[in-house]
Amino acid sequence: MQQLYKLLFFLIFLTASIQLQAQNDLLNLLENDSLNKGQKDYTYATFKSTRVINGQSVETQKAKVLQFLISHRFGRLNSGAYNFFGLDDATIRLGLEYGLTDVLTIGVGRSSLEKTYDGFVKYKVLRQRPSGMPVSVVLFASTAINTLEFSDAERDNLFSSRLSYTYQAIIGRKFSDKLSLQLSPTMVHRNLVPTTVDQNDVYAVGVAGRYKLTKRTSLNAEYFYLLPGETANDYYNSLSVGFDIETGGHVFQLHFTNSQGMLEKFFVPATNGNWLKGDIYFGFNISRVFSLKKEEKKPY
Amino acid sequence: MKQPLILFLCFCAFSFAEAQGKYFTRTGHISFYSKTPLEDIQANNRQVASVIDFSTGEMVFSVLMKSFEFPKALMQEHFNENYIESDKYPKSTFKGKILNIQTVDVQKNGSYPVEVEGELTIHGVTKPVKSNGTLEVKENKIYGKSQFTVAVADYNIQIPKLVRDNIAKNIDIQVDMVYEPFKQ
Repeated sequence: MQQLYKLLFFLIFLTASIQLQAQNDLLNLLENDSLNKGQKDYTYATFKSTRVINGQSVETQKAKVLQFLISHRFGRLNSGAYNFFGLDDATIRLGLEYGLTDVLTIGVGRSSLEKTYDGFVKYKVLRQRPSGMPVSVVLFASTAINTLEFSDAERDNLFSSRLSYTYQAIIGRKFSDKLSLQLSPTMVHRNLVPTTVDQNDVYAVGVAGRYKLTKRTSLNAEYFYLLPGETANDYYNSLSVGFDIETGGHVFQLHFTNSQGMLEKFFVPATNGNWLKGDIYFGFNISRVFSLKKEEKKPY
Repeated sequence: MKQPLILFLCFCAFSFAEAQGKYFTRTGHISFYSKTPLEDIQANNRQVASVIDFSTGEMVFSVLMKSFEFPKALMQEHFNENYIESDKYPKSTFKGKILNIQTVDVQKNGSYPVEVEGELTIHGVTKPVKSNGTLEVKENKIYGKSQFTVAVADYNIQIPKLVRDNIAKNIDIQVDMVYEPFKQ
């Protein structure tokens, strides 16, 4: 009889544990289920802005989002008290960019430097995922038009000589919620260069990264290495360090750089500032986004 | 020695019956509203998974936070990146019990008011929650609805000063589920 009780006790225990097991299974089933459904699960916010500092970041605009970007560089810090350490001078670029889709952005801009208009296309070929795809890859192409009056009106001046082109591949990865890095092989082609020894095609490799200090601020750095050649002998590599502050729909970027221009054709092949001599420009980018998507209020 | 065997069979039958009492959904809808004089924010998640076990009254919800859709893409990014921290806390869960489960008859069409009590986990913080709702039985489906409010501060979600006036301190949550019988 005692044996029977033992057995009974064992059975009750067994059933109780089966029941408990069933409930845990239920939760596990739900959790696995909803996680597996994350087919749209991409890594987001690799950078806070579409620019790291001067150069493009691996971010594109979201679909139907318009961004207004004001980029501004003061004069050189070493220009002395007379120029208020550069703050008397200003170079500016005003830009608009729009996300046709989540992966395709088009943009236009106007720089005060050499009165330059520019237009660009940015296309995200690969998107990083938390599991699976390790990197995002973005292809970038832009055209810049210098609209300064020709220095010698008597000469046979061609419109094509105003044009320069930039082609860039940006390979970026968000390593953690704090650290993101990107590598960007770049080619700048200029239809017209001042002398015959100057290169029409300039090749460079950009390295950039950000490290988040708090949820809404980050430290950024960016470096463009010119591949050996005439340009690398005559000019400096562009080096910039900056600080991002994000507040709702705005991103403020404050930085120091040895490049004055904010377009690839300026800061990749034509940076003439030397950090060690104090040829440093203080500047900022301010971006504001506008969502042009109609707010769909689905009935509850 | 036949008795234990019968008992065992009884237990088995009981466990089986329990499985019959489960209702399930993967496409539940949870939305939340933040209302302030400056800005109204609404987000919808239509991929909520949930199970109700009518033999015990146990109820489980699992909500993938990245599945909340906002009218503005940047808002969604900030929600995941800065507020909810979806990479660290991908899911919110609710584990609870329908207190008056005995009043609900899943075999009979009709609307049943229910009282639910349990633990809600958001942003890694677990708090007890109590709410009223209705379960409506119609053509072998069960329509569950509920509304309740959560305080942002309770779940250790920080709102920076700059946007403090744009985000409500208490968020209204609406739950709208359609359960179907769960088949193993």
